[in-house]
Amino acid sequence: MNPTKYLAATALAAGTLTMAHGAAAEELTLCWAAWDPANALVELSKEFEAESGHTMNFEFVPWPNFADRMLNELNSGGKLCDLLIGDSQWIGGGAENGHYVKLNDFFDSEGISMDDFAPATVYAYSTWPKGSPNYYALPAMGDANGWFYRKDWFENEEIRAAYMEETGEELREPQSQQELMQIAKFFQEREIDGQTRYGVSIFTERGSEGITMGATGALYAWGFKYENEPGSYDMEGAVNSPEAVEALEFYKELYQCCTPPGYTDAYMEQSLDAFKSGQVAMAMNWFAFFPGLYADPNTGGDKIDFFVNPPQNVAASTLGGQGISVVSYSDKQDAALEYIKWFAQPEVQAKWWELGGYSAHNSVLQGDGFTDSAPFAGDFLTAMDGVQDFWQEPAYAELLLAMQKRLHDYIVADQGTAQEALDKLIEDWTETFEDEGKL
Amino acid sequence: MTDGLATRAARATPPAAARKIRGLSDRAIAWIFVAPTIFLLLAVNIFPLIWTIRLSFTNFRANRNREVEWVGLRNYERILTDSDIWLTMQATAHFLFWTIFFQVLIGFALAYLINKNFRGSPFWTTVIVLPMMLSPAVVGNFWTFLYQPQIGLFNYVVEFFTGIPASSFEMIGSVNLAPWSIVIVDTWMWTPFVMLICLAGLRSIPAYIYEAAEIDRASKWRQFWTITVPMVLPFLMLAVLFRGIENFKMFDLVVQLTGGGPGSVTELTSINLKREAFEKWRTGYASAYAIILFVTVFGLASIYVKALNAVKER
Repeated sequence: MNPTKYLAATALAAGTLTMAHGAAAEELTLCWAAWDPANALVELSKEFEAESGHTMNFEFVPWPNFADRMLNELNSGGKLCDLLIGDSQWIGGGAENGHYVKLNDFFDSEGISMDDFAPATVYAYSTWPKGSPNYYALPAMGDANGWFYRKDWFENEEIRAAYMEETGEELREPQSQQELMQIAKFFQEREIDGQTRYGVSIFTERGSEGITMGATGALYAWGFKYENEPGSYDMEGAVNSPEAVEALEFYKELYQCCTPPGYTDAYMEQSLDAFKSGQVAMAMNWFAFFPGLYADPNTGGDKIDFFVNPPQNVAASTLGGQGISVVSYSDKQDAALEYIKWFAQPEVQAKWWELGGYSAHNSVLQGDGFTDSAPFAGDFLTAMDGVQDFWQEPAYAELLLAMQKRLHDYIVADQGTAQEALDKLIEDWTETFEDEGKL
Repeated sequence: MTDGLATRAARATPPAAARKIRGLSDRAIAWIFVAPTIFLLLAVNIFPLIWTIRLSFTNFRANRNREVEWVGLRNYERILTDSDIWLTMQATAHFLFWTIFFQVLIGFALAYLINKNFRGSPFWTTVIVLPMMLSPAVVGNFWTFLYQPQIGLFNYVVEFFTGIPASSFEMIGSVNLAPWSIVIVDTWMWTPFVMLICLAGLRSIPAYIYEAAEIDRASKWRQFWTITVPMVLPFLMLAVLFRGIENFKMFDLVVQLTGGGPGSVTELTSINLKREAFEKWRTGYASAYAIILFVTVFGLASIYVKALNAVKER
């Protein structure tokens, strides 16, 4: 190549790159919780770096400290995070306190339609006020609380015969909450392969959100509602309904009868550890962990299977998952919005699911063969059809801490009755809503 | 003789400035030197205190951009009539009383033994002092493993000595045992501190007093009660003051160990206050809470210090 042609080619290449990037290369920081999907996102984001020229940094905080750390960051107007994958419950505070950038204009200008995402995820992760077409996040990670169990034990003929003899029923994936407890009782302190096993690992954690996320799995299945009429903040008779009392008594009995010893402050990690170490027959956890569980060399593969939170009066699961938002205090909002635009593309969403993230994009969820793409994919779809979430009010942290206290006092510390716990919870929540000027 | 540095400096000082400095009184010069410290004290101690008092009468929330309303004494009324807060105070009182009781008892006993200067006593002093050199968060964390009912050493030690099956009780998970679990860990960690203070007290007693008592044929028991205890008492009281103030604001160790649970049985006031201030973000309410605790500690400490001074002057 002669020098003139060489210079022309170099100039053309440089011009193309400049146009492709459209802006100066930035260093973006994305904040999220430290867990399996975060690693998948790091992998996925390498494509964004290659395409855009921006550099991605990540700030991942362990779950027990995630809310504390990130909400403090937002409340102090910190510039650490340009992008934040924040919990669904933060959306109210994020919007009302001006922490998140409203994305409507951006979505309109870039042709990003919320109709392309599963409605439950748009409602839960993106909108404030709830259900309104005001978007503060793009659904990033669909999630719900589900269950997994030792399939090899459930298929073991000897164990099945023992279960039949003890209960008169077939050992199978539980079809109701009561059946789940029956199975858990059967496995509790049972000798299998020379070791003592236990029934279930459930969430009992006190410090952050654990016991609330676990117990609401039972409460929602019994038909629990936060208000008599949505938006009325009228809680008497809803929060402490006879069904809610029954559900709470159930969860306490499940904790007392069927968990391993010392299981008083357990959340995601402890539940995973209990299952992976072969202690328990069944465990609850977020779908986000299921790819990792399935891949586990000791308890995954043929030894594990999954099921949706069993119904009791209604089919319902506790919502997890998060949307991705642009932090309003960031100086690099344009580059952050570029990331969201890139992330919303169907092909990126498909890769996201492939790597272990839970896409909420319809092109993925309704795509051919999605339900067969992973042993838990079908359950995930079923769960997302019936998800319910905690309050998403700006005062969510206060509401959550009150519930953590009342539930832990009753379930783990064995103080008072379920009725008293729920009555006190209404008192706490009423005080909060009065302070908020909503009552 | 050549001019000294001061003389040369005085000569080099312009006459006007020199006159000004010469015109200042000793008191004024003292104030100039002390002023930066006083300013710093006002900025980092007094101003925040006054600001907190002001906030305690409002509904201010540090995480909200909304108008702050004056609520009068409502925050104070809520706190003082909240049964959950009183349970927290009760948990703190239990922790405070028993930790100080055991630390003084064991600390004094250990100091008494170490003071006997037996063979290897310097080595054992070092061993005993080790726990207090660790970080409270680390101590809290590893004791959670020691207390594990399935794998924890503590339960097996109890089983070894009492025959109670190791997996039959949960130190952290049981409502009855959890308050004692934090007492045990704090005692393990901070008894050496009390021991060191007592040791200093014991070593400050002149030997001739005991010799005089021996001449008067006073028994060892009598010497202990009429010489050792009264002379170590100011040191002991100082140790109680330090441990009392420290444990009243205990946070890290208990958070790591129990997180305030099960339920709220080990939720001490400092943990509760942190939740109100930085998790619920009820800044006004938390300010009132902090003022109540401050007044309580300050009041009790003042009374105690007066008693301590009285003992010293005896």
